[in-house]
Amino acid sequence: MALSQDEVLAGLAELVNDETGIPTESVQLDKSFSDDLDVDSISMITIVQNAEDTFGVKIPDEAVSDLKTVGDAVNFIVSAQA
Amino acid sequence: MTQPTLHQTVGTPFTRIYAVGAARGDLVVPNDDIVGPIDSSDEWIRQRTGVITRRRASDGIEAVDLATSAVTEAISKAGIDPSQVGVVIAATISNTVQTPSLAALVAERVGATPAAAYDISAACAGFCYGIAQADAMIRAGVAQYVVVVGAEKLSDFAKPDDRTISFLLGDGAGAVVVGPATEPGISPTVWGSDGSKWDAVGMDRTIKEHWENPEEGHPYLRQDGQTVFRWAVWEMAKVAQRALDEAGITSADLAAFIPHQANMRIINEFAKQLNVPESVVIARDIETTGNTSAASIPLAMHRVLEEHPELSGGYALTIGFGAGLVFAAQIVRLP
Repeated sequence: MALSQDEVLAGLAELVNDETGIPTESVQLDKSFSDDLDVDSISMITIVQNAEDTFGVKIPDEAVSDLKTVGDAVNFIVSAQA
Repeated sequence: MTQPTLHQTVGTPFTRIYAVGAARGDLVVPNDDIVGPIDSSDEWIRQRTGVITRRRASDGIEAVDLATSAVTEAISKAGIDPSQVGVVIAATISNTVQTPSLAALVAERVGATPAAAYDISAACAGFCYGIAQADAMIRAGVAQYVVVVGAEKLSDFAKPDDRTISFLLGDGAGAVVVGPATEPGISPTVWGSDGSKWDAVGMDRTIKEHWENPEEGHPYLRQDGQTVFRWAVWEMAKVAQRALDEAGITSADLAAFIPHQANMRIINEFAKQLNVPESVVIARDIETTGNTSAASIPLAMHRVLEEHPELSGGYALTIGFGAGLVFAAQIVRLP
C-alpha cells in the first residue's frame, strides 16, 4: 500500500540521519539537501539508493539532480509509488 | 589423402600470481598544492575522497618508465629469468602515443624478449582484465609466464580547474608475474561492460576537437561523479559477490579486499554493502597515492603485502571498474 507524504518524509528523515547524522527533525519539506542540510553529492546518492530499497521505487540517475529539496524527494517517491 | 593432425597447445590446470612490483610517482602532492584553481580546501578533498596526498611523476618520467621499474621488481621477486616471460600485457590509458604500445617498450627494457606484448584499454578495470587474460593464456598453454602491468601518468590528463576527477589523480605502475601453479590461485573472472554509460567517465573532448580548437588544451579526464559512485558501489557489489560465489568462497574467507582505488567513500561504502568482515584487510592506498586507474590494484596489493606480509598465501578479492563502463573481479591468492 502506498505511503502518505508524512510517512515518506519520516522514512526519508531516518535515511538522511543514518547517512549524515543530521537530526530527523531537521529534515523538513522546504529544506535544500545541499544548502540547508549540507548533504554532499556522494551522501545524496547513498540516500537515494537506500530510499529505493526502503520505499520500493526507482529513482533514475537523471532524476537525482532535480531533487533539490526534501519536498522534491518526498513528492518524487510518493508519485513513484502510485 | 589423410590430413596430418594439427598440434594445439595445452597448458597447466592452475595459475597464480608469483610476485608484485610497484613504482609510484616521485612527487608527493598534498591537497593544498592543487586546491587553488578549484576554489576548494584540503578538508573538502579529504571529506569527499579520502585523499590526503597523491603521488605524481616529474616531467620527463612517463608511464613506461614507472612500468619498467614495477615490472623489473616483479620479475626479480618472482625468481624467473626475464627471457621466460611469454607475454607482456600493459593496461594503460596514458601512454604518450597512440601506437606503438607501452608493453613492447617495457618488454624490451626488462629483457623479456621476444615476448608478445600489447596494451589493453580497459581503464580502471584494466589490471583485472589483464589477469583474466594471463590466467587463460597460461592454462591454454599459450605462455608459461605472463607479466601484467598497470601503468599510468594521469597527471598529464588532470585539468587544474576540474572539480570532477582531476584532484583525485595520481601516477604510478604496479606489475605482477602470473605463472603455473600446483593448486588454484586465480578464480574465474566475472567481467563485462555497460556501454550505455559510455559518457559517465572519460575525456572532455576528442583529439579531433583539440586539433580544431587547440587553444582549449588537450583532452582531459572528467566524470559524472554521482552516476559513477552509484554504479561503482551498488552494481559492483553485485559483481564482487558473484566473483566470490564463482570462486566458491565467502567474504569471511578473504585475507584482503583490494578494490580499485577510486575514492575512499566508494571503498568504504563498497565494503559495507559487501559485508566485508572486520578481520579482512581493506586496501586504502588511495589515501597517499591517489587514483592511478589501471595501476591502483597492483599498487594497493603491493602496499598491503608490505604492511601485512603475514597475508601472503591468503585470498584477496580484486575488482576493477571504470570508463566504458567496464568491470572485472576475481579472487587471487596473494604472492
